[in-house]
Amino acid sequence: MLTIAGRKFRSRLFGGTGKFSSPEVMKEALEASGCEMVTVALRRIDLNNPADDIMSVLDRDRYLFLPNTSGARDAAEAIRLARLARASGGGEWLKLEVTPDPRTLLPDPIETLKATEELVKEGFKVLPYMNADPILALRLQDAGAVAVMPLGSPIGTNQGVLTRFQVEIIISQAQVPVIVDAGLGAPSHVAEAMEMGADAVLVNTAIAVAGDPVRMARAFAMAVEAGRIAYEAGLGAVSKDAAASSPEDGLGFLR
Amino acid sequence: MKVFCNGQEQELTPGARVTDCLNTLGLDPLSVVVECDGKILTREEYASHELQDGSVLELIRFVGGG
Repeated sequence: MLTIAGRKFRSRLFGGTGKFSSPEVMKEALEASGCEMVTVALRRIDLNNPADDIMSVLDRDRYLFLPNTSGARDAAEAIRLARLARASGGGEWLKLEVTPDPRTLLPDPIETLKATEELVKEGFKVLPYMNADPILALRLQDAGAVAVMPLGSPIGTNQGVLTRFQVEIIISQAQVPVIVDAGLGAPSHVAEAMEMGADAVLVNTAIAVAGDPVRMARAFAMAVEAGRIAYEAGLGAVSKDAAASSPEDGLGFLR
Repeated sequence: MKVFCNGQEQELTPGARVTDCLNTLGLDPLSVVVECDGKILTREEYASHELQDGSVLELIRFVGGG
């Protein structure tokens, strides 16, 4: 069972709550995914159209809410969002995101580390979204992050695990759980991450924008489970040369 | 008096508290976090925190996100 900061999770799939066509579809898809932790964002209320309170749709006994700091462009903005999340009743858990460039949405490593140091001091359980940099993962871990969240590929791109080589090193070194986040666009992508030994994955876009988000959530849940079982079972070695699966002896009668 | 809520002017009676402002806007205090003149308020402070003419409020809530 996965444990993060002393909390146990049966499911190794974490869900996002953005981009769903309706709150009802979101609720049903999250239920189908089996996830126990979901991300949420903080935004100014549209006073001309204030009627969308996500907290009223989701059961807080069922899900641990992981507020994110999406939209923050530097450490100061992320810290402000984190404090607002806590004041909103979001608890101590925080997905730290610092993405200064709206084109790539790649995380700023220096600002992310600075914000992690400050927020850990303030008592937050910080899960930083980070580029797949093994050295940075160690620095964030040393700063007190309770997990690290390296990206597979840029947010919302559905490109899969383009960072495989670096994520493998991060997994091999980490003392805290490694949650592969962002860009995981198909069940095969999450299966790959889990087969590599990732502790969990976070998926939002690929489920939310699927033709049938509820069935897709189920497919992702199965892939996460399959990948984890495969990792625990131990995959066979990869080789360049062929190795016959059938016995090589006993062919003498042919020639 | 006038306060500014999420950038919009809002007319309130002098002496209004944060709770009065949220009621005027039709917002459930339990679903809103309030930053008033740069300071984050706790829910317990909504009923007692008196707004001043020209106060700037940011009214924030959770939305879907990844």
